[in-house]
Amino acid sequence: MRFDLTVNGSKRSVDVDPDTPLLWALRDELNLTGTKFGCGIAACGSCTVYLDGEPTRSCQTMVEDVGEAKVTTIDALSGKSAEAVQAAWRELDVPQCGYCQSGQIMAAAALLNENTKPTDEDINDAMDGNVCRCVSYHRIRKAIHRAADMMEA
Amino acid sequence: MNVFVPDTVSKPSRRSFLIAAGGITAGLMIGSTLSLGEAQAAKTADGAFNPFVIIAPDSTVTVLSKHLDKGQGAATGLATLVADELDAAWDQVRVEFAPSNAKLYNNLQWGPYQGTGGSSAIANSWEQYRSAGAAAKAMLVAAAAKAWSVPAGEIKVEMGKLSHASGKSGTFGEFAAAASAMPVPEKPALKLPEQFVYIGKSFPRLDVKGKTEGAPIFALDVKRDNMLVATIARSPKFGGTVKSFDATEAKKVNGVVDVIQIPAGVAVVAKSTWPALKGREALNVEWDFSKAETRSSDQLFDEYRELAGKPGKVFRSTGDAEAALAKADKVVEGDFEFPFLAHAPMEPHDVVIEFDGKKADIWTGSQLQTVDQYVASKTLGIELPNVHVHTIWAGGSFGRRAIYDSHIVGEAAQLAKAWGKMQPLKIMWSREDDIKGGYYRPMYVHRVKAGLDADGNVIAWHHRIVGQSILTGTPFEGAFVKDGIDHSSVEGVTNIAYDIPNMHGELHSVKVGVPVLWWRAVGHTHTAFVVETMIDDLAAAAGKDPVEFRLGLLKKKPRHTGALKLAAEKAGWGKDAPKGRFRGVAVHESFSSYVAEIAEISTDEDGDYKVEKVVCAVDCGIAVNPDNVAAQMEGGLGYGLGHAIRNEITLTDGEVDQANFDTYEPMRLSDMPNVETYIVPSTAAPTGVGEPGTPPVAPAVSNAIFAATGTRWRRLPFTKNEGTGS
Repeated sequence: MRFDLTVNGSKRSVDVDPDTPLLWALRDELNLTGTKFGCGIAACGSCTVYLDGEPTRSCQTMVEDVGEAKVTTIDALSGKSAEAVQAAWRELDVPQCGYCQSGQIMAAAALLNENTKPTDEDINDAMDGNVCRCVSYHRIRKAIHRAADMMEA
Repeated sequence: MNVFVPDTVSKPSRRSFLIAAGGITAGLMIGSTLSLGEAQAAKTADGAFNPFVIIAPDSTVTVLSKHLDKGQGAATGLATLVADELDAAWDQVRVEFAPSNAKLYNNLQWGPYQGTGGSSAIANSWEQYRSAGAAAKAMLVAAAAKAWSVPAGEIKVEMGKLSHASGKSGTFGEFAAAASAMPVPEKPALKLPEQFVYIGKSFPRLDVKGKTEGAPIFALDVKRDNMLVATIARSPKFGGTVKSFDATEAKKVNGVVDVIQIPAGVAVVAKSTWPALKGREALNVEWDFSKAETRSSDQLFDEYRELAGKPGKVFRSTGDAEAALAKADKVVEGDFEFPFLAHAPMEPHDVVIEFDGKKADIWTGSQLQTVDQYVASKTLGIELPNVHVHTIWAGGSFGRRAIYDSHIVGEAAQLAKAWGKMQPLKIMWSREDDIKGGYYRPMYVHRVKAGLDADGNVIAWHHRIVGQSILTGTPFEGAFVKDGIDHSSVEGVTNIAYDIPNMHGELHSVKVGVPVLWWRAVGHTHTAFVVETMIDDLAAAAGKDPVEFRLGLLKKKPRHTGALKLAAEKAGWGKDAPKGRFRGVAVHESFSSYVAEIAEISTDEDGDYKVEKVVCAVDCGIAVNPDNVAAQMEGGLGYGLGHAIRNEITLTDGEVDQANFDTYEPMRLSDMPNVETYIVPSTAAPTGVGEPGTPPVAPAVSNAIFAATGTRWRRLPFTKNEGTGS
């Protein structure tokens, strides 16, 4: 079945079953592989994309439910907070294996879009759904503060 | 040992494996490698100076990493060793993974195997990769000397530039072609530590930029023309086999191409991932459990506890522990229990395979390339050199990708053979496949009795361990299992650091049909917990400070002492902890690195606790990249802490109770303490850092709980103990 999606600013169509998770439509049909598969039950955040700017688990979002919403993936992430997050991530060497980091960065940039000076508590609330099995959390926390400072400067 | 192995992935016996490995490494002595000169003959790429260094006309230096990087930073570390001796500029250096070739790329600590593990990547490559960089530099200098007609000794190399006092200068790229044809110096002079430009300093990892942009670097991202995606339904009990299956509903799923039985189970082959997953859901398989493991973990624990009361195989006997215990002024006893643990790397397993009947190409985060080649070659019925393993950046491992029977690649090879259509196949594991898939850290029970004399000296230690051997019956048995004692079951106890005159250790290696595997820091994950909490109890019984008590028993262990003193100093040990905070300490050596950790916890009236801070001190010899050492300590202790807090794999009638991150709840950001890492200054050769940060954290936290409450937690995860909060 054909679905017309708006992905990273472009109209794209996919021919998949309606219950196909957006994750697999992006990865397998549109070759947008930045979004990763970690659990398939919205428990790890590796598959985080934005729907109209809202961080959303693409593994639990069916293609038929996307509708008109604008989909943004790590492959085309841009904007002030995203750039600050990526710069801070590089400065502090946050990633280890890196597999979860697309989702971490999407979640962190979304947090800074809403809250330019998050506390540790704010960071816990915003980021607890994003699992990192290498446990780079210590640096994620520091890098979000660093990105906030960069944005202020 | 009843290790579960898919039928036709014939588990190589040690003998057959070594014969096969010997066949591909004829003339290669264990622990040695080719000289750079010999290796040059094997070079295949343009601009290759040796198997580890390629320099392109645009001056890009490509370092070939013989080790998998699964997040631990080995690739950047190896590039650092080359770049330093080569005097390259950091921004001209890149890294890629070496092809599968045990003759060129074996792990020097392991003999004729290419592979990564045991925190050995930098340790075994320390001289090899520096020599490769130094040799390449000498060849560049020789080429420039010839072109400029000046003595080689007068040429300076700095930050990727060659220069001479006459004013002549040039890039690596200008001389790369001529230099790569120069004779290879057999023993290039290596720098003295004071000459290092990168080693010992923190340079950004080479893989970080791509990892912040979602770059397609993982096996999950590998796409080949005409590729199909497959999932495999495996027995829900270990050792079960397919009795029959009904694929009618599965084949109705749009996108499912075929359903076929292979020795590992029933494979659903589809055009893409979702139909492969959905098709498997619709599949009906009847299993034969007649040879399967059907015990529950509760039952296994009962059996282990019973064995802990009976004599086992002696692995250590010094003095007379029983006689000393009989005379002891005080005796401290402890029974300890450890669950099965899954590694659960962030990237579930995935393999892409292309087989044309004669040769096979395999793309995966390969951690034991030689074993992957061996198992694929046997399964496909082709010669080992015709299996090409393309190593890909892996989304974590923690031991899970270093598999003695290569069952993941083996299943892929089974399917490629059965499919027989010369079509690329990607075999995908779901998270449920991973959590339920076995190859766990084994369950263990320990029973310890230790005695103090009237002056508070430890005079006796009697230690019994019950658990599965990881390595018996694997190709690694010869290296790790001696006289029936699997070293990985007793490491950390048999070589206990503390000076105890009467020491006795016994092991029961039990047979259980659950496949087990090394898990970040292997045996130390349980032995360090037992030793470090027992020592704490002994300190309390002796009325002594836990740090002072340890230092008194470590007088012959300067590196333990150094790490412990540094951590104690930085944590402010001996001064009052902030109000409501309590501290616990542990120190442990693993993989020749020495780590002390001091955990600071807070507690509340409900018995809830939170680990607020961990101060970590590590002696790993020369820290090639101190920031990466810190990252490995943060990650290593965080990984240990997350599992200690709440993780266990349990079985009911042989079936795994957990399935995904909802039932195997991972460490999350809000669980993460602040971590401070300090490195003990050293001029010793580097040792590993991937694993040694993990063992001390759980005992340090248990000791902090004891300091706070007087209650001793001896069962893992901590939720198993009386008096724990949520």
